[in-house]
Amino acid sequence: MSIFGEVPQAAPVAVFKLTADFREDQNPSKVNLGVGAYRTDECQPWVLPVVRKVEKMIADDHSLNHEYLPILGLPEFRSSASKIALGADSPAIKENRVGAVQCLGGTGALKIGAEFLRRWYNGTDNTKTPVYVSAPTWENHNAVFSNAGFEDIRPYKYWDAGKRGLDLEGFLGDLESAPDHSIFVLHACAHNPTGTDPTQDQWKQIADVMKRKSLFAFFDSAYQGFASGNLDKDAWAVRYFVSQGFELFCAQSFSKNFGLYNERVGNLTVVAEDQDNLNRVLSQMEKIVRITWSNPPSQGARLVAITLNTPELFAEWKDNVKTMADRVLLMRAQLKEKLKALGTPGTWEHITEQIGMFSFTGLNPKQVEYMVKEKHIYLMASGRINMCGLTTKNIDYVAESIHEAVTTVQ
Amino acid sequence: MHRRKMSARSVFDGAVFMSSEMKLLEDFKRDSHPDKVNLAGREYVGEHGHTTWLPLVRKIKQQIATDLTLTPEYPPILGIPEFTRRATELALGKDSPAIVESRVFGVQTVGCTGAVRLGAELLRSCCCSNSSWSGPILLSSPCDDSLLGTFKAAGIEDVQHYRYWDAESNGVCVENMVHDLENAPERSVVVLFASGHSPTGAELSQEDWKRLAEVMVTRQLFPFFLMSAQGLCSGSLKQDAWPVRHCVSLGLELLCAQSFSHNFGLYGERVGHLLCVLKQNLLAVQSQAEKLVQTLWSCPPMEGARVVTTVLNNPAHLVEWQESVKAIAERCMLIRERLRERLRLLGGPWHWDHIIKPGGLYCCFGLNTQQVEFLVQKKHIYVLPNGCLNVSAINSRNLDYVAESIHQALSSQL
Repeated sequence: MSIFGEVPQAAPVAVFKLTADFREDQNPSKVNLGVGAYRTDECQPWVLPVVRKVEKMIADDHSLNHEYLPILGLPEFRSSASKIALGADSPAIKENRVGAVQCLGGTGALKIGAEFLRRWYNGTDNTKTPVYVSAPTWENHNAVFSNAGFEDIRPYKYWDAGKRGLDLEGFLGDLESAPDHSIFVLHACAHNPTGTDPTQDQWKQIADVMKRKSLFAFFDSAYQGFASGNLDKDAWAVRYFVSQGFELFCAQSFSKNFGLYNERVGNLTVVAEDQDNLNRVLSQMEKIVRITWSNPPSQGARLVAITLNTPELFAEWKDNVKTMADRVLLMRAQLKEKLKALGTPGTWEHITEQIGMFSFTGLNPKQVEYMVKEKHIYLMASGRINMCGLTTKNIDYVAESIHEAVTTVQ
Repeated sequence: MHRRKMSARSVFDGAVFMSSEMKLLEDFKRDSHPDKVNLAGREYVGEHGHTTWLPLVRKIKQQIATDLTLTPEYPPILGIPEFTRRATELALGKDSPAIVESRVFGVQTVGCTGAVRLGAELLRSCCCSNSSWSGPILLSSPCDDSLLGTFKAAGIEDVQHYRYWDAESNGVCVENMVHDLENAPERSVVVLFASGHSPTGAELSQEDWKRLAEVMVTRQLFPFFLMSAQGLCSGSLKQDAWPVRHCVSLGLELLCAQSFSHNFGLYGERVGHLLCVLKQNLLAVQSQAEKLVQTLWSCPPMEGARVVTTVLNNPAHLVEWQESVKAIAERCMLIRERLRERLRLLGGPWHWDHIIKPGGLYCCFGLNTQQVEFLVQKKHIYVLPNGCLNVSAINSRNLDYVAESIHQALSSQL
């Protein structure tokens, strides 16, 4: 009998199944509001102009060496990426207590951080440390931490479906009742899937409790720049925590804000108490990387490093990011206007109040099913839509379909 | 600006400093001795002393950079289908019964390490789902620390060793290996090396492989091949893959971790592939692989895989590439012959045939700790533990110095 003979079939990943179904759909009006990738108004993927430029520079550069990158990654990528998160003038950077590990996208950064914490945080190999993820959260958070060995992964209250906003009271309550030293996975900005972020004041309250109870802040930052169009504004929460003296991890992804989904560019920024602690942490992370993927891939990291470290390219990139963020803001504004004009029951303010790529529409599962089956508009069962899937050409159809779903399906 | 301290203690207090495997490389970099030689690297270096892109690779990378039809979309979780198809064909041969019978699937991974890690995670998931199987995994003795570490990190607890390198004969003692496999628990997973063992470089003949394969069939052992440098050992892609293909022809299920780092010079791009040849339950295992990939890296990086796919898809490119691979293999063989010749001329009671017997990058001298230390500290020649070394870093400029130093290291213990 084969040793693989009893392996059970795993359920397909919902968001990819959605895209697969969309691809097979022959209906000419079909719209894909599922997977989180940016699309232009022509509904095409967008290679950022600055990326095209730098790609060519790299291909033509004969001086580049082709060896394995260091295990921790390209040094100039790691430092410039951390600066993006923390700010170039961050006191923590000046105090030499910030380091980073280049990883395979945001997922890889979460993975390395999780593997480190499981081995070295709150004791040695303490797999019982609770890990809290928001309710709801990106569906892969649970799997990454669980596969890293953590046995106790719990939700913390986050989304209030009734008022279609942040359940701050619930959130703070879960922070208070969490065992000390628990790990909390926080979305740095543009919460996935709700698009609802705490205000600065709310972050302050969250930080207060976390500090008091020595809870560990593990930020997931996949949309910096994409939320407001401004990198610094989107990094406010992470920087605030650093200013409050937290040691923390920040898993950064450059998939969305560089449009480099396929080159897997991520960075795990580590803020430690001091340089000695930082060095010990990085040395252990190096060991973990070595037995996971050994060395990270060079293409994407080189591209990002060159862009961030060259003033004109950096300016051009920020501009490209703003272009994407602005299109999303426009679609948000237009969708809300159209729903209001149609007189669709309910309030739709949340569409423009929410931030980033996603909107939690508030459509219930039956209404979602109607959208998918009857209208060929593909969105997640949770009611999450990717605003980037909206274009000036399909927005009327989508608005009308939402209207129909809300008025005819209970 | 004074930072408000949360507490005097860091939350990372428990983490102890881990000395790096890269320490050898760091020491080498800091070494200012004019004659220093690094024979402990993992890459193939050319006569000029550094890694190099094949001209074909450079050309294709430029094409990719200007190809407006390529999109930056997330690739499928298991990688580019064209890539996995070609990588599978490369390993098994286009007309392999496993391919014809649709009993194989492939996963594009982050290098060979990524392939091994994924394979290890898949095996561990079998332990969980199949109460009648719990290992063990058999690794060669010696094996790289990182290989052992990769299996352990995936949660495999029962790791044992089979005897491989034999210090007496400076090669593989097949008798010992056969004995250990015959006495391993049924359905053990055995990690084997096609295209050169790491770190010793010691190879098995086709006759040896036939014997081992017979044992594996009888004992229902499950081979997990590491093929990190297909083509670089013998100069022939087909010949290097022979052990894998032979096992498949006997109906064995197996995993095979492939790397395109060495044979394409694409070290930086991390192009790897995990091949799974099964008898049944293919789709379920594939779905588990997808689930596991999501917890590791979500989906693999495209750049390197695109280059490899472009070459493997195009008959003219394929020929050019095969010739480059052959040239690398031939250079390694030439270096080995020259090294043997120098050592022979330097005299002494030792035999040197074991240097030229295997092909590929690695060679083992079975040096003890003091001898290795002598080479590193006194002669500034950096070698791996056991005195294994990467022959490609030996060139016409340092050959004499390396040969003399090895001779001295061995003589000093007489």
